[in-house]
Amino acid sequence: MKAPPNSLTLPHPLPLDSGDALTDVTIAYETYGELAEDRNNAILLCHALTGDQFVASDHPVTGKSGWWERMVGSGKPIDTDKFHIICANVVGSCMGSTGPASNAPDGKPFAMRFPVITIRDMVRGLVGLLDQLNIERLHAVVGGSMGGMQALSLAANFPDRTARVLAIATTARHSAQNIAFHEVGRQAIMADPNWNDGDYYASGRTPDAGLAVARMAAHITYLSEAGLTDKFGRRLQDRDTKSFGFDADFQVESYLRYQGSGFTRRFDANSYLYITRAMDYFDLAEEHAKGGEEGLLADAFAETSSRFCLVSFDSDWLYPTAESRHVVHALNAAGAPVSFVELSAPFGHDSFLLEVPALDRVVKGFLND
Amino acid sequence: MTERPTKLRPDLAVILRHIEPGSRALDVGCGDGVLMEALRDQKQVDARGIEIDGACVERCVARGLSVVQGDADRDLGFYPDGAFDYAILSQTLQTAERPDRILGELLRVGRRAFVSFPNFAYWRMRWALMSKGRMPVTRHLPVTWYETQNIHHVTVRDFEALAADFDIAIQNRWFFTNERRIGGSGANWRAEYALFEVSR
Repeated sequence: MKAPPNSLTLPHPLPLDSGDALTDVTIAYETYGELAEDRNNAILLCHALTGDQFVASDHPVTGKSGWWERMVGSGKPIDTDKFHIICANVVGSCMGSTGPASNAPDGKPFAMRFPVITIRDMVRGLVGLLDQLNIERLHAVVGGSMGGMQALSLAANFPDRTARVLAIATTARHSAQNIAFHEVGRQAIMADPNWNDGDYYASGRTPDAGLAVARMAAHITYLSEAGLTDKFGRRLQDRDTKSFGFDADFQVESYLRYQGSGFTRRFDANSYLYITRAMDYFDLAEEHAKGGEEGLLADAFAETSSRFCLVSFDSDWLYPTAESRHVVHALNAAGAPVSFVELSAPFGHDSFLLEVPALDRVVKGFLND
Repeated sequence: MTERPTKLRPDLAVILRHIEPGSRALDVGCGDGVLMEALRDQKQVDARGIEIDGACVERCVARGLSVVQGDADRDLGFYPDGAFDYAILSQTLQTAERPDRILGELLRVGRRAFVSFPNFAYWRMRWALMSKGRMPVTRHLPVTWYETQNIHHVTVRDFEALAADFDIAIQNRWFFTNERRIGGSGANWRAEYALFEVSR
């Protein structure tokens, strides 16, 4: 895979939670806004499961505008006139950073030989990037969903590296329900004959059917029931009556199929397996458990030097408000300065990416104090 | 240190004046953060807040304050013992589910607590109840009985009795009527609202 223009290779092997290490790790990233002379205005934006570094620029594959363009830009809540924004593709993904589709030292794609990684491993990669960019301490680390997990993990594992942590619609641990939905997706991929134990890069036959189903199932968890009803109801797609067959009769079916197939054009199925696994393994308290006891989340933040802001959405049932509160209470117990607000928005988990003016005000206020 | 003139409500101004510079304070029911901001800017206080109203929390965050959306009845328990030099509960005691427990929690997380509340034995309230036989609606408590959040009507004497029952020491007391401080004599008649500084 040709390295995209904005990427660098880490000079040291990346140690992994599994005990393995990855050598010659490439991190692909984008930056927006000027870095100040004293290098203290950098904001690291962490992307979600299927996100990428193109937060505020057009996606090179789909041509669509950046995934958080409404939040990041000149005069926007994350203001590129003031801040130097860095957004990197996480290790394990497929937009230029080292992942299962990258070549192993033997010159062939890793595929399932890629080591299982964790959220903390992704963060180690991001901190490796910051080291290379000579950024000692961030103005803020910001992320929603899996990006929020990385933001919390960075605060816990690299407590001196950021002044602020903004974690939106996220959690400090994956719940049984979260793991269950991911397992459905992984099984859909692995049940696709084209998956071929992950070894499909040479054949040109990719497990698109499985990956599309995985995306469809996941996409439902990103929306709210009210949102789906509002958007589709029981309306039929391009027809007046039911077909008494298994076409996409309903608009919601058609929408999900479209989402599924569009996704396969820009995402690698093995990356989907590895990143969902990393999210399922995420339990920030367990990571910081001492002596075999059940970990206390407050202990994970014992050394923190950051101010925190957590935001949840009332219609998000994937990472509901209780999960954010759990983090807030741990930060209270650790004595860390923390703000928290549950915002009202109809869009479910996806609210963090959509038009929620209150979120803009919170983000802007927290980053500009 | 020169203090800028503030437009703080009189009880908040008294609290601001009596808090040690550089201390740690938790403002429970901090509203839009006006006291926290003054504490931070004028006294370099490390101020944290709890507020139930999301729109207020939003304004606090925009002011650079650390405020958690939550309620005193439920969320105080997550702060460790003695985490703060001061816990502040202004005009909120009478809305709490269990004011006695809140008071106990304030003095668990804080060495000292400032508590202010409207005095339901203020003579205008007594007069309104006696003469009209209706629950009073005053300038200071403008909400009808069925809409009010004030579910525990408390008087100056009630609060003093509560403190005695729970071995809470009253360090200071201030009384206010018409947004002015008044003297302490006959306060249970004359005070529209009261502020107490208490400790264990």
